Amino acid sequence: MSLSIHELSPGQEIGSRSIEVTRTDLVKYAGASGDFNPIHWNEAFATSVELPGVIAHGMFTMGSAVQLVTDWAGDPAAVVDFQTRFTKPVLVTDTTGTAEPGATIEVSGIIGKLDAEANTARIDLTVVFAGQKVLMKAQAVVALS
Amino acid sequence: MTINPDLQGRSYPAAEVYDVGREKIREFSRAVKATHPAHFDVEAAKALGHTDLVAPPTFAIIVAQRADAQLIEDPEAGIDFSRVVHADQRFTHHRPIFAGDQLVAELHVDSVRAMGGGAMITTRSEIFALGAGESREPVTTTTSSILVRGEGQ
Repeated sequence: MSLSIHELSPGQEIGSRSIEVTRTDLVKYAGASGDFNPIHWNEAFATSVELPGVIAHGMFTMGSAVQLVTDWAGDPAAVVDFQTRFTKPVLVTDTTGTAEPGATIEVSGIIGKLDAEANTARIDLTVVFAGQKVLMKAQAVVALS
Repeated sequence: MTINPDLQGRSYPAAEVYDVGREKIREFSRAVKATHPAHFDVEAAKALGHTDLVAPPTFAIIVAQRADAQLIEDPEAGIDFSRVVHADQRFTHHRPIFAGDQLVAELHVDSVRAMGGGAMITTRSEIFALGAGESREPVTTTTSSILVRGEGQ
């Protein structure tokens, strides 16, 4: 897919998806990223540092949310800038041994801004868990063809 | 434990080289639930004009957090890792990261601000790919803020 700036307009939706997360996913992300902070996999440790329970890595949420943009762009290399603030934790309950997710993150995106000179589109992502936005100012800039 | 305010302006030079492997790109991609073929299939990546597998947009966090570890583990810094919360993150890609890249990161401590009993620390990693001879190509700039929570926060 190649995207032309002339076919796009601000406010246009690029799609949405649900991301199901389990404790196993957090262990996988810890291993893949090298971030072994126990607040992301050990309940007793997480509660001992005054968290409500095991929470997802902010970078797991950020990294999985951007796939909506990557797939829309058609080439992961087209994402030239990506930023967010982490405002709320994603609490992942222990559903080990069942088919249930421990958390479900809802991601949707719209075109926030087009830059004709740079030939880029800024995608604004809305990322929600348990009815609250967990990322703020989640913006990905896509280089257009 | 209190955060050392003199950290602001400190830099840590590029240390170890990070070799970007195909299997690491595949593993990281699965871990963030990415399914784009350019992360998994070399032919699919080449069909898009790339030299090898393309890393996902947040892959550079591996290299950036290794660089950050120099600061967090610095006994002079006074950071309790168990009280660290990630506050914000940005990636600016000067070019994509590909399998086969050899990356190094220079870490800069851009700001340290006291917040309650803790501190907000903003770091920047300038990530380069090693080229022929002594050359280095800018690949990604990452900026990250961490909140080190004070007691009771």
